[in-house]
Amino acid sequence: MKVLTANFITCAIKDCKASPKSFPLHFQNAELELQELEFQPDFLRHILPRIDWDSLRVTANELGFPSIPETKPEGEELNNEELLRNLHQLLLETQVMEGKLVCDNCGHEYMIKEGIANFLLPSHLV
Amino acid sequence: MSRPEEVLPPDLFYDDTESRKYTTSSRIRNIQSDMTHRALELLDLRTPSLILDLGCGSGLSGDILSQVPPDEGGPHVWVGMDISPSMLEVALQRDVEGDLLLADIGQGVPFRPGSFDAAISISAIQWLCNAETSDVSPESRLRRFFEGLYACLRRGGRAVCQFYPKNDAQRTMISGAAIKAGFGAGILEDDPGTKNSKLYLVLTVGGGGLEGDITGVVDGMNDVDVMDARRRAVNSASARRGPEKKGSKAWILRKKEQMAKKGKVVKATSKYTGRKRRPAF
Repeated sequence: MKVLTANFITCAIKDCKASPKSFPLHFQNAELELQELEFQPDFLRHILPRIDWDSLRVTANELGFPSIPETKPEGEELNNEELLRNLHQLLLETQVMEGKLVCDNCGHEYMIKEGIANFLLPSHLV
Repeated sequence: MSRPEEVLPPDLFYDDTESRKYTTSSRIRNIQSDMTHRALELLDLRTPSLILDLGCGSGLSGDILSQVPPDEGGPHVWVGMDISPSMLEVALQRDVEGDLLLADIGQGVPFRPGSFDAAISISAIQWLCNAETSDVSPESRLRRFFEGLYACLRRGGRAVCQFYPKNDAQRTMISGAAIKAGFGAGILEDDPGTKNSKLYLVLTVGGGGLEGDITGVVDGMNDVDVMDARRRAVNSASARRGPEKKGSKAWILRKKEQMAKKGKVVKATSKYTGRKRRPAF
């Protein structure tokens, strides 16, 4: 699972929808892998306004990436290639292969195996 | 051939052998790739976008999303959801670029609002018309799916879902559920009336300066006839003159047309159609 996806995914349980704590989900026991992908500056510039920066900092912290700027890069900073390359590595190339995602609100654990998170819910939770 | 939807639920039907068969069959691959290209054409994305692939299976459609050349607005980044672990396993072996999630789209789409630029779904949503357990109904699954999808698309976003409805009732149920969730919905039919006919449900989320519905989407495309059911309803004679009487000439003509469309043999229409017989002594 990519860090980019983790920045958009919320808890799937209905009762959590209303709670602000259901996003972001928190990584636990994460095993990371770097998967090289083509650098796409245009895509990054396009997606950055929609990234929730505070949650990204939380996630990056949990995964052990300390050097995240405090504020979201805007305007001129978006032409800084080194910054974009770093973001590319964090958002798209970093894969969480094993571990789990935990919701802060209900405590439900979503297991991640071979990079695929399991969001199937038992019917009583739907 | 029977419909796979009637055999088993999707997570059981697409087991290891069936998933491998599906992914290696060159016939299925060709059809899937044609449909994905058509869906991309309908989405009309001009910049590299984040796309949600609903029922991504082994990533056949995702591959095409990753391979869109830069001069056509690509390559796109995608996130795929599928209910069949075997299909996802095949996707892993094929080393697809997108991110995969094991999830049931009938349980909702767990993303925060405005996450995606677009969504695509190839031959998947007809599965939602089957309820596999007694505690869920097709209507509630469709409702959760479309409500979740509506929320996670950004304003001005589009979704194109190719699907195989079993009959007209399923087709109406699916498009009705989409409209109830707030989408501007329209159906594009390729090769209508043939064995290869393909249905695309084109969904638009209002705002963002795009034309509101499917008529705006297909504007400028070649070989598309627009049949606007809404406008026809307003302009038709029946709406202006009040409801037509059962048994009247207009009513008979309408019924005949309906039957002819269904492929039934209908007697030719003449000046005598719908006339009363003279009383016979």
